[in-house]
Amino acid sequence: MSEIEKYIAPDTVSDAVKALSSGGVTILAGGTDLTPQIDAGRRSHAPTLMNIRRVDDLSGITQNKGETRIGCLTTVSEIKQSDLAPAILRQAADHFASEQIRNAATLGGNICNASPAGDMINPLLVLDASVELASWKEGAMEVRREPLRRFFTGPGKTIKHDNELLIAVVFDTPGPDFVGYFRKSGPRPALEISTVSVGIGGDYKDGAFHNVRVAFGAVGPTPLRGKATEAMLEGQALTAEVIDKSARAAQDDATPIDDIRATSWYRTHLIAVFTEELLNNVRQN
Amino acid sequence: MSVKTELNFTLNGRPVNIEVPVDMTVLNLLRDVLDLKGTKYACGEGECGACTIEVDGTTINSCLMYAADLNGRTVMTIEGLGAGNKMHPMQQSFVDHGAVQCGFCMPGMIIQANYLVKQNPDLTREEMKRGLEGNICRCTGYTKVLDAVAAIVGAEG
Repeated sequence: MSEIEKYIAPDTVSDAVKALSSGGVTILAGGTDLTPQIDAGRRSHAPTLMNIRRVDDLSGITQNKGETRIGCLTTVSEIKQSDLAPAILRQAADHFASEQIRNAATLGGNICNASPAGDMINPLLVLDASVELASWKEGAMEVRREPLRRFFTGPGKTIKHDNELLIAVVFDTPGPDFVGYFRKSGPRPALEISTVSVGIGGDYKDGAFHNVRVAFGAVGPTPLRGKATEAMLEGQALTAEVIDKSARAAQDDATPIDDIRATSWYRTHLIAVFTEELLNNVRQN
Repeated sequence: MSVKTELNFTLNGRPVNIEVPVDMTVLNLLRDVLDLKGTKYACGEGECGACTIEVDGTTINSCLMYAADLNGRTVMTIEGLGAGNKMHPMQQSFVDHGAVQCGFCMPGMIIQANYLVKQNPDLTREEMKRGLEGNICRCTGYTKVLDAVAAIVGAEG
């Protein structure tokens, strides 16, 4: 384990982003992923440890002009309890780890950890969320927005540069017709890293499903959107035939591997089962 | 060794001023530096809940929290739950219901149970199970633990 030479705990976003511009910084937020990864030797500390938990502006959920914004330091417990969080996001929060971890783990941390099984990522893909990445350029803070569906490049890898801080997640506040469901699997409900997770959402009106978005977790190198499944469902009435075809399309979208938690065969099977189950949930609205 | 940082925080109602290495966990600070052995080390990765403490009124796994982040915060461990030698009603209820076998998971279990009841005084048995998911007991069952918590909230089986 490498030594930490400097510890900083900035109060403002601009101080935090400024500190990143010189490089060599490990960012600490909830600590629930960082601590075990350091202990297991899967990552090591940079010379500077920056605790961003003292930055007030980065916490909380707000809605403005049809857009919902969640600060990167908002904990999973806060999301679970918030009326401003869409139901599909609260469902995922409810099945996230344990109460103690939900109380510490932050939304920004779950995203930047970039696990293919990251449970908060799946519903955010269904909500077609974007992330805000802040950096320090020529004496001022610059913020770029990137769609979450293009954020992940591999397990633990993202397009975020080392000098950037993920400060918030934003998405269009779902309208009254929006229906969304999330489902994950594991041998027990708590503290389970998803074997497979599926999220489905869209506007369900007059018996037809529109603006459909489907997301899968733990079935590829990154969390992913199910393009074939979405195409199969768009504008359709949810008949038994459409649901059956969509469950098969979901299997085409996924590229699962064999690992310690499940075989590829089992994951492929679960994907179809969960897709069917969630579409039946949608149909009951 | 990693650089140190100065901390000022409140621990079980008393102010603490101390310098700690910035990569030390709260659990190590409590047990190895401040000699409060009630909070237990078991898995060290947030799976078991034996190290559960309250920080600013919410429970966390102290094995996952950096001690540096305690600056300005208020901490309660199992040692701070009762009043002196008088047990807290939650501790007494665990004793009365025989909810203890080896006892190793108890400090975390009791801190978490007490937090759940503070959050929701009308906790149902199902909500107790969900709220205690992050606390693992490896020698007995959970039935008596749930009975002990149920007695506090007056919930029936």
